[in-house]
Amino acid sequence: MAKLTQDDILKLAKLARLRLTETEINKLQGEIGEILEYVEVLQNVDIKGLMPTYQVTGLTNITRPDEVRDYGATPSDLLKNLPAREKNYIKTKRMIR
Amino acid sequence: MNNWPVIADIAKDVESGKVKAVDLVKEALKRIEDASEYKAVIANIKVRSLERAGYIDEQVRTGKKIGRLAGVPFIAKDNYLAFGADTTAASNILKGFDAPYQATAIEKLEAEGAILVAKANLDAFAHGSSTENSDYFTTLNPHDKTRVPGGSSGGSGAAVILGLVPFALGSDTGGSIRLPASFCGAVGMKPTYGLVSRSGVVAMASSLDCMGPLTSNVTDAGLILDVMSGRDPLDSTTIERDYISYTKLDIGLKGKIIGVIKEYMGDGLDGNIKANIQTAINNLETAGATIKEISLPSLPLALAVYYIICPAEVSSNLSRYDGQRYGYSAKDADTLDDSYELSREKGFGAEAKRRIMIGTYVLSSGYYDAYYNKAQTVRTKLINEFQAAFKEVDFLAGPTSPSTAFKIGENTSDPLKMYLTDIMTVAANLVGVPAISVPCGTSDGLPVGLQLMAPQQKDRDLLGLAKAFEDLNT
Repeated sequence: MAKLTQDDILKLAKLARLRLTETEINKLQGEIGEILEYVEVLQNVDIKGLMPTYQVTGLTNITRPDEVRDYGATPSDLLKNLPAREKNYIKTKRMIR
Repeated sequence: MNNWPVIADIAKDVESGKVKAVDLVKEALKRIEDASEYKAVIANIKVRSLERAGYIDEQVRTGKKIGRLAGVPFIAKDNYLAFGADTTAASNILKGFDAPYQATAIEKLEAEGAILVAKANLDAFAHGSSTENSDYFTTLNPHDKTRVPGGSSGGSGAAVILGLVPFALGSDTGGSIRLPASFCGAVGMKPTYGLVSRSGVVAMASSLDCMGPLTSNVTDAGLILDVMSGRDPLDSTTIERDYISYTKLDIGLKGKIIGVIKEYMGDGLDGNIKANIQTAINNLETAGATIKEISLPSLPLALAVYYIICPAEVSSNLSRYDGQRYGYSAKDADTLDDSYELSREKGFGAEAKRRIMIGTYVLSSGYYDAYYNKAQTVRTKLINEFQAAFKEVDFLAGPTSPSTAFKIGENTSDPLKMYLTDIMTVAANLVGVPAISVPCGTSDGLPVGLQLMAPQQKDRDLLGLAKAFEDLNT
């Protein structure tokens, strides 16, 4: 199961929105293969009757009142890190060529 | 070496007017400057820290009460959002990010009068065990400049042992507080999952991330944790904490049962480290504790479980870095898709990319059950074994790391070898129990860490045991 082809790597990179160089693709193919081989050890573990654990606190359905809280941050504080901005809007590149 | 007085005493002296907060901050900033060759720090927070110190001194003059950390300077790992300097998580993609709000943990410390003076180096996004994955530079081990300080909170560990500040903050997803504590000779506490708010700390793997202190002694760790911890409406995974203060650490060793973890004391453990740990255990026994060997048969699987769950959560958490709302944004992109891909390609380092790719793979349809769900189920098995063990013993003990600090560059060419550094620390994160690394002698001049664990929410008892152990050595 663990053998990854170059095409697999390219497909994953596309899913993860990463553009990789030729060198990176080759390197990752080997490294990820090796890591997946290491985690193969789990395939033979007997887990009959066990459920997966997604979180360890045992907390369920934590809610809080839907109230406005003042953190002292202004809209301009919250927008100051935008790479590109027009008025109070985030400016992005066009969707299609 | 860390020659600051105990933190409670520093605060008392500031509160009484005997010592000025401004002088403490100036001293810390000078020490940071003088120790710059170790590269523990990414950025100083000079202006804001001196302003805050001046304000605190003014409050003292007018007879106002400050708090339990009055005027105490500290350093936070650069994945804590804080005012006064950029928050970058030592990554290229967050360079220049000016946080619009602060982490809850920082807010709580500041509310008691503590003063943030600098941000510490880390492996970018806390991915690593050595700080070599920092997109800035590698921090040097205070005991040997040719060696790593451990990671990912390596800057914080080095800062404490270099004596730059009385305490530093770290984050621990798979050992990132305990490992640098072990490699540098500090006390490093990973609390119970959910005890300290994760709000405002750059997310790595959300079901594993824990925030905690690195200090030069257990008493200080208790005080800082006492201030940092507690329910936070901004983090719905925070838990109600126990009522006993973490500053009351007198638990007594008589009648306490400590289980020595069989799987951590076997092959692959450096002989000197084994001897150190054995001596530590013997000393605890002589002092009144009952020692027994305990086996957790699934422990050898913990690292494999971790290196599925962690990258899965990392790939999800790092998807927010898309170059549109903050952080590095590729200028030469033509379309939105180009902008995502080019920004992430240039902004992420090799380790972040590796984890994103592995995480994407184990979460992708067709592999989700075989990898991700399988790992989460083996995690249950591990939790069951810990629960069974804690029916027999009060605490678990073993080494923090199978080796002492390794040479810079020694493990960089082999990611799997680097991952193996975490083999003894990841289990506590998967299970959610508190774990602490306390100094336990040296091997060839390099610090060794004793790792102690307790059941969930027994953080105060764990600190108590660590304090009792510390007292045996002083």
